[in-house]
Amino acid sequence: MRILAVIEHDGSSPKPGSLAAVGFAQAVAERNGGHVASLVIGHTVAGIAEILTSFGIVYFADSPALANPLADRYAQVIVDAVSRYHADMLVAASSTYAKDIVGRAAGLLGGAMVSDVVAHDWRDGQLLFVRPMHAGMVTETVILHGDPKIVTIRPTAYPQPIAMETQGELFPIAVQDPLPVGMMWEHLESKLGTRPDVTDARIVVAGGRAIADRHDFERLVGGLADCLDGAIASTRALVDAGIAPNSLQVGQTGKIIAPELYIALGISGAVQHLAGMKNSKKVLAINKDPNAPIFDFADYGLVGDVYDVVPELIGKLHEP
Amino acid sequence: MKILVPIKRVPDPDHRIRVDLQRIALELSDVPHIINPFDANALEEAVRIREGPVPDAEIIAIGIGDPAWQQELRTSLAMGADRAIHVGVSGPPDPWNVARILRAITERESPDLVLMGKQAVDDDSNQAGQFVAGLLGWPQATFVSQIEFIPLDPEPSIAGHQLRVARETDTGIETIRLRLPAVITADLRLNEPRYAALPAILKAKRKPIETIPLTELNIELSPRVERIALQEVSSSRKCQYVQSVDELLDQLFLNRCL
Ligand SMILES: Cc1cc2nc3c(=O)[nH]c(=O)nc-3n(C[C@H](O)[C@H](O)[C@H](O)COP(=O)(O)OP(=O)(O)OC[C@H]3O[C@@H](n4cnc5c(N)ncnc54)[C@H](O)[C@@H]3O)c2cc1C
Ligand SMILES: Nc1ncnc2c1ncn2[C@@H]1O[C@H](COP(=O)(O)O)[C@@H](O)[C@H]1O
Repeated sequence: MRILAVIEHDGSSPKPGSLAAVGFAQAVAERNGGHVASLVIGHTVAGIAEILTSFGIVYFADSPALANPLADRYAQVIVDAVSRYHADMLVAASSTYAKDIVGRAAGLLGGAMVSDVVAHDWRDGQLLFVRPMHAGMVTETVILHGDPKIVTIRPTAYPQPIAMETQGELFPIAVQDPLPVGMMWEHLESKLGTRPDVTDARIVVAGGRAIADRHDFERLVGGLADCLDGAIASTRALVDAGIAPNSLQVGQTGKIIAPELYIALGISGAVQHLAGMKNSKKVLAINKDPNAPIFDFADYGLVGDVYDVVPELIGKLHEP
Repeated sequence: MKILVPIKRVPDPDHRIRVDLQRIALELSDVPHIINPFDANALEEAVRIREGPVPDAEIIAIGIGDPAWQQELRTSLAMGADRAIHVGVSGPPDPWNVARILRAITERESPDLVLMGKQAVDDDSNQAGQFVAGLLGWPQATFVSQIEFIPLDPEPSIAGHQLRVARETDTGIETIRLRLPAVITADLRLNEPRYAALPAILKAKRKPIETIPLTELNIELSPRVERIALQEVSSSRKCQYVQSVDELLDQLFLNRCL
């Protein structure tokens, strides 16, 4: 089996989630004697392609027309790469990038796609995929009919890839003229601050509706995160209220994370929120309602008002 | 201008979902169903487009599923769709077949915009919109939280419009422009869907729902995804309650959480 991993990057290096997709590809390839290649798309991405050669051969499409991720163009490049490599499987980390672009490519490639895979297994030589549905209340095991198979994986479920002994070859992909022009880039308003990214942080502090405004969000959620070198996150309630930016939302329609420690401040524990954080190693919940459902999904619970507890916690963590 | 709005009927996510004894199907007979929340956002936006920049817009709701689907299509008509199409199949198909059916309907109806949900909250696939955009070769904007019509010429014809949309991505809010016809998938923050008022519900009773059998579309379903098993997920955690911040810190340090 020939497996092609689509690599998302930030302009200078591959995203850790995409590397987990390579990790998944390696695990599958090892089992069935397959091969793994990576695909990088963008402008001035030769350096990123070079980094990826440690994991095997790398295809890269580099063009000013690909400076920004527009799905119609990128999907066409992916389809070209799949046919160049004769890939039977296309994999990517489940992110908004892959859902958008790889999803469209899958539509062009016959639609044998499974999203958000958290585990896989083999039965009679056939690959089984396990994925959550219904906001994670149920998991389903499926097989795919048709080729190529297109898979997005949850990065939290797969390890980082293993470097090869020899570096893989680099293959530039000439951008086929004409690229689609129906989508035009304007800009990206990024609210990512200086704190660690919520998807790779060891500790995540998340705020819910208990937090009254932006100032308190920064003081309580941000303040506690900073004591712990952690990332910040929020529920949909705070994003809707304009208190937290959308890129911090964790849940069914936000990010899916699994840090070592997740600290939930004034969060009720709706299934749609749990969908994004319940695989965290340890969960600490602080909530003034002793019956809040979040406690059923927590390892440590403190019943109290976050406006009293969190400043005390921050104060004690600052003590030498 | 025509706007096609796909509507999925889904189990109400506020109800607990159980897996049957054979571990292959969900027990849904007692669970109330609703319009997929993201599809309600898509429909609401279509109505706002008609109330705002494009008064002559015609809104067509389309559902692909069993006869029970009529109920959600009726609700869609009450929320403001002008007419509805029901493609009869025995159960909801996988996203690939949904996309193939939507393409066939799009070829019949020639809409300028397919405005749909970003994801169905039952299968959580987040695929059908991207598939159909790829199949049609149309521009796409997924996870959209804002839509703006930019008139390109004074004539209010749709050919003279472009759309500027805001997309919710992992890295922040992305703004792009699209040529029409296009596919848009809605995020929850696009709008707050309205409740249909009684007069609208009564009026909806007179609006048409056209039923189209699959054979008329020359489509044979060819599932790409086959379910082998289902499993309920339950929490295995046991919460250890602490009484004070000091005790909390002791526990966190003791268990090497910090
Ligand atoms: C289709 C769909 C998708 C969704 N996707 C997501 C998603 O991705 N992510 C997400 O988070 N939500 C999502 N939601 C929303 C979700 O259903 C809940 O509404 C949301 O998670 C609730 O957020 P919350 O816990 O902050 O607020 P609430 O449910 O209002 O809970 C607030 C909690 O704070 C406690 N509290 C209040 N004041 C204090 C205080 N001073 N000190 C301590 N505790 C206090 C209360 O006891 C309560 O438990 C989605 C909903 C739908 C319909
Ligand atoms: N059976 C269906 N009938 C009508 N629309 C559907 C159906 N299934 C999916 N859709 C549309 O496709 C979107 C994405 O669904 P999914 O790819 O299953 O997450 C939904 O929000 C709906 O707008």
